[in-house]
Amino acid sequence: MSAAHDDHHHGPAKGLSRWLYTTNHKDIGTLYLWFSFAMFLLGGTFAMVIRAELFQPGLQLVDPNFFNQMTTMHGLVMVFGAVMPAFVGLANWLIPMMIGAPDMALPRMNNWSFWILPFAFAMLSSTLLMDAGAPNFGWTFYAPLSTTYAPETVTFFIFAVHLMGASSIMGSINIIATVLNMRAPGMTMMKMPLFVWTWLITAYLLLAVMPVLAGVVTMMLFDVHFGTSFFNAAGGGDPVLFQHVFWFFGHPEVYIMILPAFGVISAIIPTFARKRLFGYDSMVYASASIAFLSFIVWAHHMFTVGMPIAGELFFMYATMLIAVPTGVKVFNWTATMFRGSMTFETPMLFAIAFVVLFTMGGFTGLMLAITPADFQYHDTYFVVAHFHYVLVPGSVFSIMAAAYYWMPKWTGHMYDERLGKLHFWMSFIGINVLFFPQHFLGLAGMPRRVPDYALQFADFNWISSIGGFMFGASQLILLVVVIKCIKGGPKATAQVWEGAQGLEWTLESPAPYHTFTTPPDPKLIHAQ
Amino acid sequence: MLPKAKLWLGLVVAALMTLSTNLQAAWELNMTRGVTQISRDTYDLHMQILWWCVAIGVVVFGVMLWSIINHRKSKGAVAAAFHESTKVEILWTVIPFIILILMAIPATRVLTEAYDSSESDLDIQVTGYQWRWEYRYLREDANEEEVAFYSILSTPRDQINNDLPKEEHYLLEVDKPLVIPVNKKVRFLVTSNDVIHAWWMPAFAVKKDAIPGFINEAWTIVEEPGIYRGQCAELCGLDHGFMPIVVHAVPQEEYDAWYAGQQQAAAATRAAANNVVTLSAALEQGEEIYNRICIACHQANGTGLPPAFPALAGSAVVNGDVEANIRLVINGVPGTAMAAYGRQLNPVELSAIITYIRNSFGNSTGDLVQPADVNTILQEAQ
Amino acid sequence: MSNQSPTSTTKKLVRKLMLAAAGMFGFGFALVPLYDVICDITGLNGKTSGQYTVAEAETMAVSDREITVQFMAQNSEGMVWEFHPNDMQVKVHPGEVKVVSYRAKNPNDFAMIGQAIPSVAPNEAAQYLKKLECFCFAEQKLEPGEEIDMAIRFFIDENIPEKITKLTLSYSLFDLTDYSEPAQEITAR
Repeated sequence: MSAAHDDHHHGPAKGLSRWLYTTNHKDIGTLYLWFSFAMFLLGGTFAMVIRAELFQPGLQLVDPNFFNQMTTMHGLVMVFGAVMPAFVGLANWLIPMMIGAPDMALPRMNNWSFWILPFAFAMLSSTLLMDAGAPNFGWTFYAPLSTTYAPETVTFFIFAVHLMGASSIMGSINIIATVLNMRAPGMTMMKMPLFVWTWLITAYLLLAVMPVLAGVVTMMLFDVHFGTSFFNAAGGGDPVLFQHVFWFFGHPEVYIMILPAFGVISAIIPTFARKRLFGYDSMVYASASIAFLSFIVWAHHMFTVGMPIAGELFFMYATMLIAVPTGVKVFNWTATMFRGSMTFETPMLFAIAFVVLFTMGGFTGLMLAITPADFQYHDTYFVVAHFHYVLVPGSVFSIMAAAYYWMPKWTGHMYDERLGKLHFWMSFIGINVLFFPQHFLGLAGMPRRVPDYALQFADFNWISSIGGFMFGASQLILLVVVIKCIKGGPKATAQVWEGAQGLEWTLESPAPYHTFTTPPDPKLIHAQ
Repeated sequence: MLPKAKLWLGLVVAALMTLSTNLQAAWELNMTRGVTQISRDTYDLHMQILWWCVAIGVVVFGVMLWSIINHRKSKGAVAAAFHESTKVEILWTVIPFIILILMAIPATRVLTEAYDSSESDLDIQVTGYQWRWEYRYLREDANEEEVAFYSILSTPRDQINNDLPKEEHYLLEVDKPLVIPVNKKVRFLVTSNDVIHAWWMPAFAVKKDAIPGFINEAWTIVEEPGIYRGQCAELCGLDHGFMPIVVHAVPQEEYDAWYAGQQQAAAATRAAANNVVTLSAALEQGEEIYNRICIACHQANGTGLPPAFPALAGSAVVNGDVEANIRLVINGVPGTAMAAYGRQLNPVELSAIITYIRNSFGNSTGDLVQPADVNTILQEAQ
Repeated sequence: MSNQSPTSTTKKLVRKLMLAAAGMFGFGFALVPLYDVICDITGLNGKTSGQYTVAEAETMAVSDREITVQFMAQNSEGMVWEFHPNDMQVKVHPGEVKVVSYRAKNPNDFAMIGQAIPSVAPNEAAQYLKKLECFCFAEQKLEPGEEIDMAIRFFIDENIPEKITKLTLSYSLFDLTDYSEPAQEITAR
């Protein structure tokens, strides 16, 4: 706390250098959110190419190789470019304000962890323009397709993943340090908003698994360029080892993308139900148990690789167990709504859609956990439908709910409620038309990652594509809403929402450039 | 806003309904029950879990919907003050746990059954290639004639490229299906030649990854004769979507006859290596093989997809020394996607394909390669 | 710049967290030998365990049970050698030592190096198939046209579960020839 006292009172610098050199958590949060939105549109464009090719049987628009590049890039950009940075952006904006801290614990590292990302994705996307083409081995990049049989651009992919990993690790260190060391007096751990709790747990998950991802791509790098045989059976390696190491990262990664969403929903539902969150303590414990379980279920992605039956049973049971804490969360949200006094502004609509559709994704997740049934579901559109239900109306809807919920606090203006609701209903209908039929496609036998399909799959693919175009187009409404809200609109109050609780709502709207330079009055800190 | 939303929803549903009446026949909604004990058990398991999920969903979403309708501020609802209840929370931790145990018991039983590959009547080695399957019937004696063949997508490229109308089994048809006897325990030893593939036959509830360097086991007892269709289920590169699996399950007598016929054909093929073929016959057979095997990489007009897949049109090798050309096709080009076809095609087929490429796509060497020429090079190292 | 330098407790925490991240990076690599150990114990993926000494084999009692051992061969991509077992299957009693062989031939006009990787199905049988002599995991060089028989001496552990009456030993042959020179030669031809 040795910096000059004056610094706390001047506003942001002017022009581009403000964004390049900023160490302000709000600026960096804004950067992350815009970056994430740009990546969401880019990844969405790839998805539109996929859905357009799958609109009808036969090859119409792209060749199979480019199609594979699209599925790969769509997955990578959405996971690492859209969803994860969006949550980091929300964390940057909200965690200091929620725990009464003046900024993040490590502001300069914060700047660095953001600015790595545009370079990582520029490097990854540039492969699309190269002769050898972009990575075409799926976002799960199974060896040896991604090593011995990969296009030359795999090296760019490896270094891009390294950069993304470094960014995530720095971000998570920053968040842990902020939450543990920067809380205002009176803000005990069990008084922290659930968003802070779930992010703290997420940060630990990131810290544990992003280095493993870095490790696995490093091994790939060695296999590709230095003649080692980590994953090459010829040299005594094992391609299945790749899958074990990858999913040791990959399964916690799934929870990295959903835990902060739980936090967001746990903030929004009580606000619009005007009732305290039901079972705060059990929410915290449930999040922690989900995080723990995420480390011992990875091989449920690999039921068909030929594991011994004991292994299959262990991973089946462990995976089924996850349903218990996840169920607790859904029940708690329902109990929060029960006998509340509800209104249905856009954030609440997204939050309710989240609970319903995420739960449906959870149900199919439970079905996938049943090993013998998984033999039929695995690598089909049923899996595609499952993880898109938990990721799109799950993670992505929660990010949108958060954007609408806190946008008045960020910009000082209310967003256009009519447009917001239009965005919601278009997205809600679009997403279900897009992904619900994919359950049927998978059950009827359509494998995933195919550019063409047999005739009996034609109708559902047609419907699914229509839903996809509708969902894709409706995201432009969000862009309009955000720009309109930044430019003007009705003035937002400090409280913004009638039922909103928490330190960020004690600040005026828009939140000043520097907040809580002196700790908040402990009397303002209530149990959640 | 809400009535408008309902209107939208209604419109979409109505649109889907009208559409569905026209296309009802093609709509397959659920998992196949299949034709084996395991596939039926799997289906029952799937339905059981599905109904559990539906029941839980009805209760949870029901409470939520009821709250949304009745506990809204516009109806004058006042928020209650409760925010925890240990009793309720224990209850909704324990009940799901019990349901999970009820699900786990049948799942464990079916899995144990599916893993018992012992006492098989027939063993077949299944090898995944980019992008076709090879089936090799295991013999007891090395002197017996071996039955082994590749099974390749037979849908013409013209259908895939929308130049011809698509036929009933579009993308789910092969040149040579796997033939197995019904009511016999058939064990599959699944492996791969290059990347990871997965052999999936929905009607048998069999899906096993084909992993290079390792063998995986799966088995089935098919109860009804018929033609069953499946696909590769693991992303394996360019033509992952174009390597279907077709299995003919036939009565034992029919199988025996087929197997004997295959053995005779294998012997005949060896003998045919010394036959003399005509240019027109070679070109016709060569074109057929090209469209089946080579076209994916070298393309219909022989232009390839450089740099990974070089053009044959105007190629120095194809227009150069015949013997070098034969060697290249037999041995492949190490470190590239060009496989060694000496092991995959017989001398008649090899000579036909080489004749074809040397006289197509603007290449006009006029060479007619005889099976014997190929055979000499195949045997020469002895 | 409006940022303060982090407090000493923060610095200490950050150091710990960075160490943890570095540790997890190492853990990723530690999974490689760890996985091999697990494979060895469980026969995961049908990996066979290492070689046994003759002394161990001699102490084995021969049981009455009869087990069929099938032999399979396959070439990995680009491997042109002829490679096949000389016997398709043998029947053995657990504890009894058997010798079988595979034949390999290099049909090419240049020397090549191959290496065979074994795998056993069912997976759980892998740990009971004990090899006293085997050509697996060793690089084998064959001159142009050279042909050899490669032997495997093995026995089946008598503790093999009752229900296993048939097991399959498969060898995948990989091409380890260094092509930096000959490859150009081939394309130039």
